[in-house]
Amino acid sequence: MATKTIREQYPVLSRQVNGHRLVYLDSAATALKPQSVIDAERAYYEHYTANVHRSVHTLGEEATGAYEAARGRVRSFLNAGADDEIVFTHGATEGLNLVAHGYGGTHLQPGDEIVMTPAEHHSNLVPWQQVAARTGARLRFVELGADGTVSLDAVRAVLSPRTRVVSMFHSSNVLGTVNPIADIAREAHRVGAVMVVDGAQSVPHMPVDVAALDADFLAFSAHKLGGPTGVGALYGKRALLAETAPLYFGGEMIEQVEREHSTFKAPPERFEGGTPHIAGVIGLGAALTFLSEVGMERIYQHDRELAALAYDRLAQVDGIEIYGPDHDRQSLVAFNVKGVHPHDVAQVLDARGIAVRAGHHCCQPLMSWLDVGSTVRASFYLYNEPDDIEALVEGLQHTVRFFHGA
Amino acid sequence: MELDELYREVILDHNQNPRRHGRLTDPSASQGLYNPTCGDRITVDVQVRDEKVADAAFDGHGCSISTASASMLMDSIVGQPLDEARRTARGFIDFITGRREEPPPGEWDSLAGVRRFASRVKCATLAHNALLQALDELQADPAHPESPPKDD
Repeated sequence: MATKTIREQYPVLSRQVNGHRLVYLDSAATALKPQSVIDAERAYYEHYTANVHRSVHTLGEEATGAYEAARGRVRSFLNAGADDEIVFTHGATEGLNLVAHGYGGTHLQPGDEIVMTPAEHHSNLVPWQQVAARTGARLRFVELGADGTVSLDAVRAVLSPRTRVVSMFHSSNVLGTVNPIADIAREAHRVGAVMVVDGAQSVPHMPVDVAALDADFLAFSAHKLGGPTGVGALYGKRALLAETAPLYFGGEMIEQVEREHSTFKAPPERFEGGTPHIAGVIGLGAALTFLSEVGMERIYQHDRELAALAYDRLAQVDGIEIYGPDHDRQSLVAFNVKGVHPHDVAQVLDARGIAVRAGHHCCQPLMSWLDVGSTVRASFYLYNEPDDIEALVEGLQHTVRFFHGA
Repeated sequence: MELDELYREVILDHNQNPRRHGRLTDPSASQGLYNPTCGDRITVDVQVRDEKVADAAFDGHGCSISTASASMLMDSIVGQPLDEARRTARGFIDFITGRREEPPPGEWDSLAGVRRFASRVKCATLAHNALLQALDELQADPAHPESPPKDD
């Protein structure tokens, strides 16, 4: 599929914003939705609305079939071993909280160590802070390299026999770096720790194979890969999910309930208490089908090429400081325009139909490390094209003129 | 909308040359506020004498909207009795959040464009909220008008 054909699948891209064609450079916040995802959600509401796993009627059978088919699609997309290693969640945040509280909260002892980096998204930091406070475990942070990259040596330097959990992003939502998870997982396993992967920014942009990574847990969100908001999935090795306590108790996750106590179903149902976001899960399945048809390897190359192009073009604009490494970037560039606040940059770009993110990107410790309050971020996905980057560069040149005069 | 409706000359000027920017050496009250959406932080210091704002200053880093708005606020409250300074701050917050139609007197109408951008309302009102909190602290603790600056 050519980028033009791909773009035609995304209805929002035909929109005008402030009199300009929409240049959407905020996919790291949320990706646009292809028609097939919108249709899949709509079909559930129009043709087979029913609850799953409990209704013995035609609509119920169809809904359960579609819901479980989506689980199979997530399994094959991540190359997991079995469907019951895939738990549907409301997003990466819930997945990471489930691991932190459900596994960490029941396994960590005082003095145990949780290893992460200072570049984690808050959703892979704050849950562990909470669990550490409750269990007496300690957080240990890997020292970032000068350009923000995470080296295997730096990871080794903080691992110890007390390390029980290594929880790390796969791809950074600010620096655009990709962590060598397979190598880090090997080191983590060597000291007897479990490897938890925040896949929110990697699963949308690169082939992710949990077997090859030997990840113990990996969480991601549907909406960052073109699926609906409010849904995601957690992969967990079967043996570890079996030792994980649920976060929610109630309908559908129980086996047998008596007045004074209850028993629970096996994973993954144990973690899916209550009526799930059925349409969302079906939409997630449709999104994965769409991405697979385009091809993840192709998307990976496409996004990297755009990120490299954006880095090169932005580096040529006077007064722009880019954060993170100058090579090997995946899908995004975070930067600042000298003397202009990121909010103002985003506002001026918006007037030209260009959508970027301005803020701390839910990475306040990383902002401190970079010694900035916030940054602008342009992020790319399969529907972006080099023209979008040219529009961004022109928009930034205009921004500089607007605030500094020319 | 056109950009210059939001970024009026007055705003760009206050942003380039913020008035009363920095810290007071001996403030009667001080309040730091944080804007969690963008990571910006602002600190407002006020020096109170005879129930009037004798001096005021703001510090910190913010976008042009928050800087200009803070700069205008500092300029307008110096010399005002405390209750009038409060009215100035509240009146502007009410105007920007749409609770009143008329801007308070002065340069405040230059920030009217912000009313259309919910995401920028917090920027425009950060200093005003910090000032109100600082004055509330002072009123709650009148015996210690030189209470140490707070930065949270």
